[in-house]
Amino acid sequence: MVTRTFLGIPATAPAGVGHLRGEESFPVAARRALGDAQLRRNLGHATTTIRAKSAGVIAEVPDWQALRAAGSAIKTDVLARLPELLEQLEARVTAAGGVVHWAADANEANAIVVDLVRATGSDRVIKVKSMVTQEIGLNEALEAAGIAPVETDLAELIVQLGEDRPSHILVPAIHRNRAEIREIFLRAMPGVDPGLTDEPVVLAAAARRFLRQTFLSTSVAVSGANFAVAQTGTLAVVESEGNGRMCLTLPQTLITVMGVEKVVPTWRDLEVFLQLLPRASTGERMNPYTSMWTGVTPGDGPQAFHLVLLDNGRSAVLADEVGRQALHCIRCSACLNVCPVYERTGGHAYGSVYPGPIGAVLSPQLTGVADNASLPYASSLCGACYDACPVKINIPELLVHLRDQVPHPRGESAAMAAAAYAMDHPALYAAAQRAARLSRLTGRRGRGLPPPLSGWTASRDLPEAPAETFRQWWAKR
Amino acid sequence: MRIALFVTCLADTMFPEAAKATVRLLERLGHEVVFPAGQTCCGQMHVNTGYQRDAVPLVRRHVRVFDPYDVIVAPSGSCVGSVRHQHAMVARRGGDERLAGRAESVAGRTYELSELLVDVLGVTDVGAFFPHRVTYHPTCHSLRLLRVGDRPVRLLRAVRGLDLIELPDADQCCGFGGTFAVKNADTSTAMLADKMRHVLSTGAEVCTAGDSSCLMHIGGGLSRMRAGVRTVHLAEVLASTAQGESATDHRGLVVRW
Repeated sequence: MVTRTFLGIPATAPAGVGHLRGEESFPVAARRALGDAQLRRNLGHATTTIRAKSAGVIAEVPDWQALRAAGSAIKTDVLARLPELLEQLEARVTAAGGVVHWAADANEANAIVVDLVRATGSDRVIKVKSMVTQEIGLNEALEAAGIAPVETDLAELIVQLGEDRPSHILVPAIHRNRAEIREIFLRAMPGVDPGLTDEPVVLAAAARRFLRQTFLSTSVAVSGANFAVAQTGTLAVVESEGNGRMCLTLPQTLITVMGVEKVVPTWRDLEVFLQLLPRASTGERMNPYTSMWTGVTPGDGPQAFHLVLLDNGRSAVLADEVGRQALHCIRCSACLNVCPVYERTGGHAYGSVYPGPIGAVLSPQLTGVADNASLPYASSLCGACYDACPVKINIPELLVHLRDQVPHPRGESAAMAAAAYAMDHPALYAAAQRAARLSRLTGRRGRGLPPPLSGWTASRDLPEAPAETFRQWWAKR
Repeated sequence: MRIALFVTCLADTMFPEAAKATVRLLERLGHEVVFPAGQTCCGQMHVNTGYQRDAVPLVRRHVRVFDPYDVIVAPSGSCVGSVRHQHAMVARRGGDERLAGRAESVAGRTYELSELLVDVLGVTDVGAFFPHRVTYHPTCHSLRLLRVGDRPVRLLRAVRGLDLIELPDADQCCGFGGTFAVKNADTSTAMLADKMRHVLSTGAEVCTAGDSSCLMHIGGGLSRMRAGVRTVHLAEVLASTAQGESATDHRGLVVRW
């Protein structure tokens, strides 16, 4: 079955649903985050720790560069024949007793999931940590329908109970420390011991008690997927706590929402990603809990399985020959952990559930660049993300590509055009150089530069222009 | 060898000492330096700010001006990075395949200073004398776009009198990033603060690098805090000799608000 998802001009992700758009531009949100000393400390500590751990285990693998190349090649192949692979996946999942649904966007996906949960009669679902359900705002849609979603990943639970938003792909509560987590649990966790301390072991035990009860009393689970193998119709979820596996095995009904780009052709391809992902992501040699399932198995695990294939702007990304490499992303978050911008601003400044370098190239493409126009500029183009990416997404190249599509401020456009014109006319260029020298007279103490150049002088002195330019010196030799 | 100097618009206009030092150094090593007069700017600012179409004439000009030369050098990792990684792409997107081909050819003959010295001219000891405590900041584009590796450090180690002190977290971006420094001034400044802290922790008198742009940013911050640490382009360190040509002619950073 092929629906309108793959027909006509690809649509971007709709506004008014989900979490791909921020309310403020990046510089404005970043300014507030930079003023939060606690956040800066938490982030600095966490990213430095993960970075070192990941670098250590990557250095152990002699064929890491070959693995990266293989991961990139597999994703390129997948994107080149996505419709064919998705249809194969649908056929295999269906043959194995699952039901496949196609969702063009967040609204359709949310409606499908809400209807499926309603049909079970349950008023609560347990959730496996998933980026895609955050992307589409599924929790809000479920709550609006009177269904309570319970996040079971510890960090996602902290975020949910704190009525907060995730700030990191892998470590969504990276912006919280244990004292804050204790306060959140005391305030919002049903049945929590009022004598709760902020010892990590005590906090984890409190979460475990709460989640155990929830696991045993909830009949529907919702998950995302890290991979789907078209060859056999097998879904895979990769996680560290085992809470995901509880959700994937205990309930009667399992509903998986998956971005269409997550499909891989064969199990051999999965082998590459299961080597790349843990080392790049958590800095582990092997992933702790890798759950795989194919349709339904009578008498074992969920007896009803639904797979929701989500587009939500992905076809639009795919249509851009340069931009489509953002769909290679396996959500490892290595680029966040090495990014000097992310390390200082944290994830909320990006507005979208996809923060950091990959968010800066993925979110604007999913929504259309005009809706996330400041994100492609949220980078110094230092290139650390490209080196760290296990599937070789050239993020700096993509950032520059997207900057070219952003609607520019009129004043900036005029200045850039004027500069380009002068630089293509050497006499004008030399005149402009002389003007730069004169400007030191206008720029003395007390006579500040206008915005945006005042952004420079707020923290940095400008060099005094030299008495003569190089070309003047050269001409006199 | 006859070497064409791609001065870069920033060095030409604001940091001519880095460009003069490049000339002096190469001439001291016995090479002929020529300065193609029609050159202006490589267009990197336009490309990286989202104005690729405006950059097409600049790429065309750059290619036309430098095409006649076999070896081209620039005292900038970033501008060489732009020539190598952006020019052909800009030409191609602008629909000029022929220009793209010529741009690729020019890019193949364009070297950052440390690359030229070590790879093309085969020298690591350039006969320099610079009796100072120095720390080296590897700029992101020389490090990750050009992969200059330890070439600058090998050149610095061979300088007489120079006490090279390793910069902690050297591979971390200083926060310049072209228009990033203005568009995201607060984040840029936060990155700069950490870079300056590391520079100061070395106790060095001089922070050197292969890009005047990053040095303008780091030096502007150090000047603002009256840190007493100078920023000096790698070319100026390498051009310094016991005979007096030194990197001591330094204007203060005096424009402040």
